[in-house]
Amino acid sequence: MNWAEFFSMGGRGAFVWGSYGAFALAVVIEIALLVRRTRKGRENP
Amino acid sequence: MKIYRYASPTLFYPLAGALWPWFAGFAAILGAVGLYMSFFVAPTDFQQGEVYRIIFIHVPSAWMGMFIYLVMAFYGVLALSFNTRISAMMMHALAPTGAMFTFIALLTGALWGRPTWGTYWIWDARMTSTLILLFLYLGFMALTHAIDDTRRADRAGALLAIVGSVNIPIIYFSVKWWNSLHQSTSVSPGTAPKMAQIMLITMLVMVFACWAYSIAMALVRVRALIREREAGAVLEGTQ
Repeated sequence: MNWAEFFSMGGRGAFVWGSYGAFALAVVIEIALLVRRTRKGRENP
Repeated sequence: MKIYRYASPTLFYPLAGALWPWFAGFAAILGAVGLYMSFFVAPTDFQQGEVYRIIFIHVPSAWMGMFIYLVMAFYGVLALSFNTRISAMMMHALAPTGAMFTFIALLTGALWGRPTWGTYWIWDARMTSTLILLFLYLGFMALTHAIDDTRRADRAGALLAIVGSVNIPIIYFSVKWWNSLHQSTSVSPGTAPKMAQIMLITMLVMVFACWAYSIAMALVRVRALIREREAGAVLEGTQ
């Protein structure tokens, strides 16, 4: 498979990768916030 | 085993602690499989080309956004009628994840709409009602944070969750009730799915990944809430 072709997504790469990127970012942010909340709760019970 | 005993936060705490790693694991495995299928197994769509691949995160996010709100409303009913603390805590534990999925559904919808419809956004029935869903989530979180008394905050939040759930059928049926730019339902109970089987399977794998993720997040968050609210209580399996 041609990777350049894969990343271009038929010329719609920005939309496809933008969507998947935003989803990944949202999941990472949610997990990070929850980890921080959990740590905070453990440190100051 | 009496399931009701887990309505006690101190007993639910270790149960949630034992369960969440399983759901997190399922989410990771299903997510990896689903992403692989999204890009390497599902074929190019004959009408929309490659951009349709957004469906594999757009539809699961939209479903989770709606479903989590219904679950919140259900816990709201339990919290108001039985006054169980854990039900109210589950509402709070679910809201941020539901808001996240609704936001992603709107954003991926805009990014999908631009190349296929020629616009990021219009004030169409489905999009507007989904935006209202996001505001309901944000409103729930803002309202419950604004009230200092926990019991009053829980009651107000439960009421908002229940009243707001009227919006869910509006979102779901909006493409039937009104002329909408949004494409009509491709997958619904009782009818054959209007999409290729491999695309449908890929989407369902992503849906289950999102389910497992949501359950894991809600369980971890409810544990954080129990620690915050039940300070001083003896929590089994605190690690």
